[in-house]
Amino acid sequence: MATVDLHTHTETHAHTEHEHEEHHHGNFWTNYVFSEDHKVIAKQFLITGMAWALIGGVLSVMFRLQLGFPDSDLSWLRPLIGGWLTPEGKIDPEFYLALVTMHGTIMVFFVLTAGLSGTFSNFLIPLQIGARDMASGFMNMLSYWFFFLSSVIMFTSLFISTGPASGGWVIYPPLSALPQAMQGSGLGMTLWLVAMALFIVSSLLGGINYITTVINLRTKGMSFTKLPLTIWAFFFTAIIGVLSFPVLFAAALLLIFDRSFGTSFYLSDIYIGGEALPNQGGSPILFQHLFWFLGHPEVYIVLLPALGITSEIIATNSRKPIFGYKAMVGSMLFIAILSFVVWAHHMFVTGMNPFLGSIFTLLTLIIAVPSAVKIFNYVTTLWKGNIIFTPAMLFSIGLVSFFLTGGITGIFLGNSAIDIQLHDTYFVVAHFHLVMGSASFFGMVAGVYHWFPKMFGRMLDDRLGYIHFWLTIVGVYLVFFPMHYIGIAGFPRRYYSWTNFETFSGFADLNMLVSIAAIITLVAQLLFVFNFIYSIFRGRVASANPWNSNTLEWTTPRSPGHGNWPGEIPTVYRWPYDYSKPGAKDDFIPQHIPYSETPESNFPHENELVKLEMDNGSAIIVEDKKH
Amino acid sequence: MSLIISLGVVLVLAILYMVFRIGNLVGLVKGKKDDSTNSWNDINAYLMMIFMIGGLGAFFWYSFAHFDSYDLPVASEHGVITDNLFWITMAITVIAFVIIFIVMVWFTFAYRYKEGRKAEFFADHHKLEIIWTVVPAIVLALLIFSGLRSWNDITSPASKDAVVIELIGQQFMWTARYPGVKDNQLGNHNYKMIDASNEFGLDLSDINSSDDFKSLELHLPKGKEIQLKIRAKDVLHSVFLPHFRLKMDAVPGMRTTFKFVATKSTADMRAETGNPKFNYEMACTEICGKGHFSMKFPVFVHDTMEDYENWMASQESWLKQNPEYLQRVPEKLREAAMIKAGIPPVTNDAIAVTPVTVTLN
Repeated sequence: MATVDLHTHTETHAHTEHEHEEHHHGNFWTNYVFSEDHKVIAKQFLITGMAWALIGGVLSVMFRLQLGFPDSDLSWLRPLIGGWLTPEGKIDPEFYLALVTMHGTIMVFFVLTAGLSGTFSNFLIPLQIGARDMASGFMNMLSYWFFFLSSVIMFTSLFISTGPASGGWVIYPPLSALPQAMQGSGLGMTLWLVAMALFIVSSLLGGINYITTVINLRTKGMSFTKLPLTIWAFFFTAIIGVLSFPVLFAAALLLIFDRSFGTSFYLSDIYIGGEALPNQGGSPILFQHLFWFLGHPEVYIVLLPALGITSEIIATNSRKPIFGYKAMVGSMLFIAILSFVVWAHHMFVTGMNPFLGSIFTLLTLIIAVPSAVKIFNYVTTLWKGNIIFTPAMLFSIGLVSFFLTGGITGIFLGNSAIDIQLHDTYFVVAHFHLVMGSASFFGMVAGVYHWFPKMFGRMLDDRLGYIHFWLTIVGVYLVFFPMHYIGIAGFPRRYYSWTNFETFSGFADLNMLVSIAAIITLVAQLLFVFNFIYSIFRGRVASANPWNSNTLEWTTPRSPGHGNWPGEIPTVYRWPYDYSKPGAKDDFIPQHIPYSETPESNFPHENELVKLEMDNGSAIIVEDKKH
Repeated sequence: MSLIISLGVVLVLAILYMVFRIGNLVGLVKGKKDDSTNSWNDINAYLMMIFMIGGLGAFFWYSFAHFDSYDLPVASEHGVITDNLFWITMAITVIAFVIIFIVMVWFTFAYRYKEGRKAEFFADHHKLEIIWTVVPAIVLALLIFSGLRSWNDITSPASKDAVVIELIGQQFMWTARYPGVKDNQLGNHNYKMIDASNEFGLDLSDINSSDDFKSLELHLPKGKEIQLKIRAKDVLHSVFLPHFRLKMDAVPGMRTTFKFVATKSTADMRAETGNPKFNYEMACTEICGKGHFSMKFPVFVHDTMEDYENWMASQESWLKQNPEYLQRVPEKLREAAMIKAGIPPVTNDAIAVTPVTVTLN
């Protein structure tokens, strides 16, 4: 890309404590590969994440073929999966489980954690808080390359002869601990654990950076109360990640010990393959506690960034302030805290003490309150707006609808008594794919549509975006909505086929519909991929602020160079949601416009603030002025 | 052949690309960007309405028209209660869902972009926010407390005279162990005693184990409290009895339990569903490997306790089926064990003189 070098500024401003290289004519390797620039790293995460999303999507279509068309001959898949087809052209039942497992692992961790947080936290945190770059560019680079290494290992595990990990993405031992139990628990599982350990390192390096940057590198005037909701969301997400990923690391480490060094953390009283194992005293339930101590916060690690992104997009495209900014921040904080004390709702019927089940029911359903508040606030933001349906806006509205549809089924599943029947049925599959999978995915896509102009200096094609949106939202609903019925009827998850059971003999029609919809949805994503690649090179040239948005990233040039702002970093005077302010000329007032320049639209308390703004526009030293 | 196909695919993609590119260039030349934005905005707003109406229509139509296909008949006491909770929750959430969904889509439609209109600067409203925080909190509190009351009843300890049945999961089958008619007590077991024949790992030094019997079908009495004692031999499994609204994991190294009362016998259910071939089934719902999907266990519910007891009495004890294991019974208990196991005394001598051929590994 022909980036204009915009580093001809003078060093006069006071706000350059952190160094940024004057000169940035590195070679290809330092510019695009081992780059320490947050924008390049964000793009690296995005493109890797998109590649993973396609792989994860293809895997899901493969197992949907089995479920939707159990009698069909899939020999044509032979070039792709070869030996994993039975001679009759069916997917091998064990490989089916491998597909399910890898689909889950890839989508949850590699796409919606790394691809979403990695992309947008990296891209937006410095741009929106007014920083030249992340606190540590080097750690940031390491974060990506650990992720890349992790990706390579996870990808490699797809091709080994015993197959990748196959015990479900939750890798419950003893199944995952004993290679005798299934093929995938051999080398595939080892690679899974190594890849995840590296992934956790990557995630921690990134998370620590995000937190440090948000706390320390905000530009002048950018108090926490003036942060865009995106930043709040990334900030909470990073904190959740830093606190919970180490627990998964511990869980994985103990599992490695059990697998390789003969310990008995999770193993006890096992008779398998004709022999009684010596392990005694361990508990598989311990693993589940440790896993879900990450696993549940992980749901919010995936979801909160998407909610932050859509808050920003919905406000911008409704041309209205987000409704209840403080309530939005408060509910995210509350969700972030509660996310740590609800994990055992995944374990109501695992043999855990039922009293614990009661406690976790109570805590789980409390989390529905801040979630409901968020939905109400989104809807109210739309009220009396002047709504522009950009593709980003459509995807954001789609997110709210998924958050609603999938969220309310959480009220069933969080209630332990009701969960007895629904646990591990397709009802659960429908629930989390809507509320966490699709909602977060829509948040991610919305983010790409919205910030593409700032990432690549060009616009994505709108019409392709509309078609992409409508195919995807209809497709996603057709995939996941019917699963509620299938789940209420009791169909268990992770079943290769239901024909063994008379009880589960129905719904061949719905399962076929789901599979067809899944294929269409996947194909629709290719439109997006095309649009993405095409627009990077041939898209309409973007203006610096194509959406008339208020946040700081739109004050940078069309293609921000290293250091983001050619001159001084703008000072922030107001919150990011001054859209359609009464009296104002335009329907937006960016954050860096002082109140002294907008006397016509200031509220009385804002007129007070004008006095605090110094005429050179450089600093607001509130305390000093008051004395 | 595949070369031709791939060439064809490439060609089609290339043509699509050209069409797209030309369309773009033409659009640029015409340069009427604003108009098209406006018309697309309306199109999207209308599509949103159509989507909502179509979606809600399909949802209600399918939910009512196909109710019987997804509503599984319930056959246990606690199942009636949890089903009630389920449908109450359904009613509340569907009402909330429909209202919010309609309002949201209506807003997007009604407030779609119009030139010259200014959006309302409406940043907060404390009363409104308090209302929609408190109202869901109250509704959820009600749901939580009714849920917890049922949960506590369901998970409370089983009564002393409950029928005890043990279910054992292994890759990839279930077995049931009944305590036998003589003592109604399950004997001890130890996983290290498991071998090809002694698949329960029965500890034969416990006299209670001598009349235990194995069944490859789960037989249950109707109208009597049943306590399932559940364990697994190798990996996690999960007992799932869909009609009884019952699910509990089978965990190696840890016993789990679930108590319930079956309210409809297999015959009752055949009458109710009008399907003379109806059978209850038990499935596994915790991923356990290659054969996870095939772990079916037939279930039969007897009409009366008497029927059930007759069936119990007709079953041979495990020890009787495997008399060579008498050798493992301590000398002083052997006679009592034989009586309990229902082994005629004649074979006693035979056993005593026959050298044991069972290997211990």
